[in-house]
Amino acid sequence: MTPWMSKIALSLAAPLLAFVAAGLATTLVLLGAGDNPADFWRTILSWPENRNLVNILNYSAILYLSGLAAAIGFRMNLFNIGVEGQYRVATFAAAVFASQALLPGALNTLAAVVVAMATGALWAGIAGLLRVTRGVSEVISTIMLNAIAVALVAYLLRKVGSREGQAIVTDPIPESSWVPNIPLFSDSVTTFFGLGLLAVVAGVAFSVVLNRTRFGFNLRATGQAEAAAVASGVDVKKMVLYSMLLSGAVAGLIGMPQLFGASHQYGSTIQTGIGFTGIAVALLGRNNPWGIAAGALIFAYLTEQANPLGILAGISPDIIAVTQGVVVLSVVIAYEVVRRYRVKLEQQEVAQALFGEREPQEASR
Amino acid sequence: MSKTSTVSETLAVSLEGIGKRFPGVVANHDVSIKVRPRTVHALVGENGAGKSTLMKILYGVQKPDVGTIAISGQEVSFASPADAIRHEIGMVFQHFQLADNLTVTENVVLGAESRHGIGADARREIEGISETYGFGLDPDELVENLGVGQRQRVEILKVLYRGAKIIILDEPTAVLVPQEVEALFRNLRELRDEGHTLIFISHKLDEVLAIADDITVLRRGTTVATVDPGDVTPRDLAELMVGAELPSASTEESTVTETEVLEVKNLTVLDPTGRAVLSDINLRIRAGEVLGIAGVEGNGQTELVEAVVGMRKAANGTVELGNVDVTRQGAGERRTSGVGYIPEDRHRHGLLLDSPLWENRILGHQNRPPSVKGFWLNREGAREDSTRIVEQYDVRTPGIDTGARALSGGNQQKFIVGREMSGDPVLLVAAHPTRGVDVGAQAAIWGHIREARRKGLAVLLISADLDELIGLSDSLRVILRGKLVGDFDPQTVTPQQLGAAMTGVTGGGLRSSGEEKS
Repeated sequence: MTPWMSKIALSLAAPLLAFVAAGLATTLVLLGAGDNPADFWRTILSWPENRNLVNILNYSAILYLSGLAAAIGFRMNLFNIGVEGQYRVATFAAAVFASQALLPGALNTLAAVVVAMATGALWAGIAGLLRVTRGVSEVISTIMLNAIAVALVAYLLRKVGSREGQAIVTDPIPESSWVPNIPLFSDSVTTFFGLGLLAVVAGVAFSVVLNRTRFGFNLRATGQAEAAAVASGVDVKKMVLYSMLLSGAVAGLIGMPQLFGASHQYGSTIQTGIGFTGIAVALLGRNNPWGIAAGALIFAYLTEQANPLGILAGISPDIIAVTQGVVVLSVVIAYEVVRRYRVKLEQQEVAQALFGEREPQEASR
Repeated sequence: MSKTSTVSETLAVSLEGIGKRFPGVVANHDVSIKVRPRTVHALVGENGAGKSTLMKILYGVQKPDVGTIAISGQEVSFASPADAIRHEIGMVFQHFQLADNLTVTENVVLGAESRHGIGADARREIEGISETYGFGLDPDELVENLGVGQRQRVEILKVLYRGAKIIILDEPTAVLVPQEVEALFRNLRELRDEGHTLIFISHKLDEVLAIADDITVLRRGTTVATVDPGDVTPRDLAELMVGAELPSASTEESTVTETEVLEVKNLTVLDPTGRAVLSDINLRIRAGEVLGIAGVEGNGQTELVEAVVGMRKAANGTVELGNVDVTRQGAGERRTSGVGYIPEDRHRHGLLLDSPLWENRILGHQNRPPSVKGFWLNREGAREDSTRIVEQYDVRTPGIDTGARALSGGNQQKFIVGREMSGDPVLLVAAHPTRGVDVGAQAAIWGHIREARRKGLAVLLISADLDELIGLSDSLRVILRGKLVGDFDPQTVTPQQLGAAMTGVTGGGLRSSGEEKS
């Protein structure tokens, strides 16, 4: 096996290992609970209908943005647990702004997206500021800010919103500012959110900024070895603040595809928990833009495929959360195992490459 | 001195012909040590002489390539520290391995639950040990409330609790103040008289002479002599440690110019608790000049380096770089204005271990070509220049895509030196630039520093290696308790004079620092 091939094999080994482990764990849980694993796997592994495929893509796009937001923090050893709160505040702000129709058509949409990013950044920035000025752990502050965000949005929604059936909603966004959905299959009733493409844009931007710019280098260096970054002249406090702002700004995008593509207003029935799922997706994707994409697709696929479990197999769809959880856990472990193996391999490679040269030099002493 | 030299006695520890090689790093070769039971056996040598590796071998952390280890006459082979502990060997590390938020008892019992459980039995045992050796430790006290000396006693208690008869102490006095050293020595004598064997690693000669029954000297990875402390003077020991051959600095003609590069005035730096770790430091370095700072570790060298590089804020005083006041500038700005930095701890401060070499080329040069182009990284530039460094500085690596972690210490250091010399620095701050690297790499690094000095580089050199200081410096200062106390001419100074100034025995040097033209 050439080194190149073994490198590819190594990078595939970890996820493969993880999925086998997750599959086994889920099967064991099903057996333990007296459910039929065969029915479960048949349902989960059947090829989705076209409309389900669209749903998977839609949910993936949203999860991808959430995963990216979390990953920006992770790459710098910042644990931004607050993506959930950030996107809720941001989506609410954007919905209210867009409903005012201060600008015409697409301009209104664009401005609303900017408002969302700014609001998300601001909300995350509070945690960043607390961290750099007072040393408050961002884990604690973002968790608290999540709680505040939920309460604040509920309160403001009552102020500006109106009752519509069971829910309270903001005024609808004018139709001229809606973003048209993209029909992917002619026979599917569901369509892909136009702003779902934000996920692609954000992914490319993430990759370019992280790998090609000074800022990205400083961010990675700080995450990898803070002491070395400080010695190299990185202002770590500034980096903490900037990356929190950036993370919040991306979190602000999470609600956009749904807001401008389907709901057209912010309501108390908004889907919750995406911010937390994003953390799992980022972990699953190793904070790598491609990895997060794979993670988002896998999570979305599992969630969508689990929906008919109750009807087809008589199994509660909640079981899929177990599978998702075990996947994340196994991936983290499997990657660490593979990483250690890879380090060892590389050291051997170095020793091998230098063996011939070093031998006489050492012997002469 | 209690000397019971019964010749027929079985040796507590006998190391024969121990050899250990790491890729390119100083290790051990042909090390032989005989430790008599119920003695304090000191192992002395400079930093990088191979003391730590040797003790790791004896404690089972590393396996020797060749040679034999015998404990109480029985040949052994340790696969892990657990094996060493089974043979009643214990090690007290220089950096304490204690959990602050646990009590003394909990810390001691942790990992040794099978000996006396975790309840009253364990507590009784700990109280017993503490009493027997006069440790005076309260088993229920939280470790975070203990002073450094007490924490060290907890560490010793830990190894005694695990049944150690042979105790290795790695630089135990490095962290202690003189009174605590006295207390430690009392404990050690007590332990010896109770039948324990102690191996005491140090580079502080006065302490070694005060406590040891036998002294073995290590130099460049091998044992050079075993002496009786009654027969030697500190001067003899120093010479054994350093070796007779001092490098000939006198053949190098002076390259010192009149252009001032660095001027530090009245610099005071405080630690987080408000204590002065540097007080009233004055120094200047001109282009083409190497200023060496000698001193026992922990006397403010790290703080001085960090204050000059810009990683630490000055509480008082100024730092001027080429007549520009940079006191308020951070490390980034200072580096951009031409400060190169070879850090003391290359793994923590000098490298991104998990990144390939070429990305490490960018570290510290994020604001300068060839690694960046404005806002963007210049990958091609960084890669090309990494290749240049690898060639010019003889970094032994399969390529620039190899992870920094995979390289040997010497080659990592050569890469750092090459990187820090890039982009024509005006000032190089070098902290222990050749620590832990093999002789070949050491000579190469010295060569590069001399070469740069000829071209007009100003160098602030911190080192614990007196050879290095004397051989490279144009002038020498001694740092003691955060103050610059001595001022020596490297052409005429002897290691003994430096040693005396470093330990504060004589206080000043040939000239006192007060007389210096300011």
